[in-house]
Amino acid sequence: MFVPNLPWLETAIIIPLVASVWVRRIDRRDQARLHKLVATSLSLIASCFAWQEFKCRGNSMPRLGWDFLIIDELSSPLFPLASLLFVLFVLATVRTKLIQVSYSRRLFSEAIVLATFASKNHWQLVALLLLGSLPPFLEYRQRSKRVGTYVFHMALFGGLLVSGSIGLSLSDAQSTLRFVPIGLLLAAILIRHGVFPLHCWVTDLVENVTFGTAILFLTPMVSAYAAMRLILPSAPIWELQWFALLSLITAVYAAGMAMVQADTRRYFCYLFLSNSSLVWVGLATMTPIGLTGGLAIWLAAILSLSGIGMTLRAIESRMGRLSLRDYHGLYEHMPLLAVFFLLAGLASAGFPGTIGFVAIDLLFDGVNQIYRYVGAAVVLATALNGISVLKIYFRLFTGKRHVASISLAPRWSERVAIIMLAAMMLILGLAPQSFLLSRFEATNELLNMRTGNIATDKHSNHSDLQLLPATLHSAN
Amino acid sequence: MESTTFSLGSIVLLAPVVLFIAIAVPLLFSLRVSEVWVTKFTKIAISIGLISLIAIIVVGSSRASLPLILSFGNWVDLQPSQSHFQFRLEFVFDVLSITFGLLTLVLCGVIGTFAANYLHREPGFHRFFLLFAMFLMGMIVATFAATIESLFLGWELVGLSSALLVAFFHERVAPVENGLRVWSVYRISDAAFLVAAVALHGASTQGEFVNLTGSESWPSGESGLTLGQASFVGLMLIIAAAGKSALIPFSGWLPRAMEGPTPSSAVFYGALSVHLGAYLLLRIESVLDQVWWLSALLVMLGLGTTVFATIAGRVQSDIKSALALASLTQVGLIATEIGFGFRYLALAHIVGHAFLRTLQLLRAPSLLRDFHGWEHAIGTRISNSAQRLEAFLPSSVSTAVYRWAIERGYLDRLIDSGIVRPFIGFFQRCDIVERSWIEFLSGQTQGESDQAQLPFEGIEEL
Repeated sequence: MFVPNLPWLETAIIIPLVASVWVRRIDRRDQARLHKLVATSLSLIASCFAWQEFKCRGNSMPRLGWDFLIIDELSSPLFPLASLLFVLFVLATVRTKLIQVSYSRRLFSEAIVLATFASKNHWQLVALLLLGSLPPFLEYRQRSKRVGTYVFHMALFGGLLVSGSIGLSLSDAQSTLRFVPIGLLLAAILIRHGVFPLHCWVTDLVENVTFGTAILFLTPMVSAYAAMRLILPSAPIWELQWFALLSLITAVYAAGMAMVQADTRRYFCYLFLSNSSLVWVGLATMTPIGLTGGLAIWLAAILSLSGIGMTLRAIESRMGRLSLRDYHGLYEHMPLLAVFFLLAGLASAGFPGTIGFVAIDLLFDGVNQIYRYVGAAVVLATALNGISVLKIYFRLFTGKRHVASISLAPRWSERVAIIMLAAMMLILGLAPQSFLLSRFEATNELLNMRTGNIATDKHSNHSDLQLLPATLHSAN
Repeated sequence: MESTTFSLGSIVLLAPVVLFIAIAVPLLFSLRVSEVWVTKFTKIAISIGLISLIAIIVVGSSRASLPLILSFGNWVDLQPSQSHFQFRLEFVFDVLSITFGLLTLVLCGVIGTFAANYLHREPGFHRFFLLFAMFLMGMIVATFAATIESLFLGWELVGLSSALLVAFFHERVAPVENGLRVWSVYRISDAAFLVAAVALHGASTQGEFVNLTGSESWPSGESGLTLGQASFVGLMLIIAAAGKSALIPFSGWLPRAMEGPTPSSAVFYGALSVHLGAYLLLRIESVLDQVWWLSALLVMLGLGTTVFATIAGRVQSDIKSALALASLTQVGLIATEIGFGFRYLALAHIVGHAFLRTLQLLRAPSLLRDFHGWEHAIGTRISNSAQRLEAFLPSSVSTAVYRWAIERGYLDRLIDSGIVRPFIGFFQRCDIVERSWIEFLSGQTQGESDQAQLPFEGIEEL
């Protein structure tokens, strides 16, 4: 594919950043929406070119002298995917909700998320992670919601992240106490990731900020990216595996909690927590299969959870917040949304033929190599998620005949967003080889980074090396 | 020759897929296709599949090329040096799969034709045929699958379409709740299937049944697994089969599944879906041969199911529930036959039972009319004075047995009180604790919409 020789990577980040300032000057909401749509679309085009440039040339050259931005195997599909999400959510925002959305803040968030996915430098990532937690805080304040839970967890996250980073920069690579700052970093990342028992901020966030903001803040899972860059290359296996166990517990716990929720937002929140924990479980196994599974679930979860969130948001914008204690019978009015909800939900539960299936299979296989019996918890979590998805589908779309005097059907722009996401979930599910290969290459890069670090660390446990591919052994 | 059978096999597999797409795509874009066209698509697709399968039998028999393996290459192929991860897209046409495939296509053809009239002008006509096409696709994939992943794909499609068809009349709560019940049982038993699939991968890096059954054609294969591996994989697959075929302790869902429209009840729970578990057990017959206690377990499950369904079926007050439990009686017997090693008998039993039960279920809506016709023909009332087993029991025992039977062995109640309620209760308590913690931190109450009332009709006008 021909890729013009332009600074795509920088452009993709600068456009939403500049647009966030620009749209503040526009008073009319519909006009601001249009400008935002143009800006996010241009950013998406630029990020796709940056991605293609990486695929064609093996790197995406920073052309403005900004060598602190990079696209590599780890970030290549995440960068355009995050950009796509922001475009789809603009498309899927109905007019009645325009008044609630701060376009400027959302564009700023997009720039932060994209910059995070293009960062490799430790302190740069730390700064962006901290900066990224600011827009939701501002929205809490704007909506006059109590911010205590969010601030408590984010302060803990920030404190642990900074102290871990300082500790890591001060400690010798051969120090036996190196596991302490790495442990602090791990704890920070797990808080941001929403791992039990420090996950309550996620419920609070989803309940109190606009649904779109919450979805776009959570679903890209920048914390998993930070883990790949900051922790996985150097953390001891035993430390990772303890945290993986905690994530496994979170996956089952959140899947169980999703079953008893009476609110669509809280349901989404626990489904997200269950899926995001599975991502971390895969990453922490540090086996080629488990890592590939974790990375694959990550992409699957971004698509499927965004799809579920988008559907719930569309329903909420038409009907208000709905109780899941009752049946609402909306199928006749919005069959497309009903089918899409079911598809996205089943994809998140690893249903065959969707993007989640092979990812879950790989993850279970990888986890099974580490925890022979406990690994079955992955299957339990996905089984529970599958049950809760159909339960919520029935509650929202069936059980009674809803009478409406106006059309509740999705608008054309919502249809475009829905069909695009559905097509991606199905195409990547039916023909997963190329997508899995790209995740497998990312796994190899991660293991290469780890090999490099472990080779310089004479005190590291030899068993770490046994988990690496034989090709990497021979290279050493 | 090979290209001919390959093409014919591909047509058998693709016909339901094309049917599904032909019905789904217009619905996706809100295009209204007439009932006549939907029915025609269905008939054409099933006829093409059936003719192709018969052609495979003719060509394959004349050239002695059966069993036929149809390989579409690797669906997924990752090769880390330590653990090769591969999914092959492979299908097998042997005595077992061809028999089951013929049964599937013939019965789906019959039911499709019946449903076109039965559901004429029903609001969910297109939805029914979409789910019916999904079911057919799942059955064909599961039947001809030569790898455990392909079987799992078909298996899950059958499960999803079953649950959604139980909830077909979805403007009422009861069918929806029963649909969820069916789905829950399926998901739990399917988890066992997935564990078996991964265990099989772990044992051999690939999921082909040849690792389970050896290279000999069915039913004379020999398992290539160790005793431990065979025991574990076999146990997991028996759990999966028990869920799909409603063997005890999963039997409670089958009568509930009769909430769906009659054509789907007939094809799913009288004829095909309920036998899919038995089909899986026949497919893994070499594992049952290898591990004696799995065969013994299967015999016990089968006999237990038969006894339970026979007693429960005798007291049902509606015809569909009675037929569901009568089906279960036969499925239990089929499982027992498989456990005892009578593979061909079990296969013949499946075929005969599927045809009989389909006929009975399709006639069920007009049962009273049929009775009137018969009584009119013989000129008198049909006698209902057959000697009953309960006449030999003391009245207290008879009452207890009656209660047990009318409550379907208390199976649902046991699952509810033993598993569902403690599970829900535990997580509800966790929810309360979490809310208290968040309220403590933020100083505001949680769950804005938890107190939300049901929106009155037309709130969207506000």
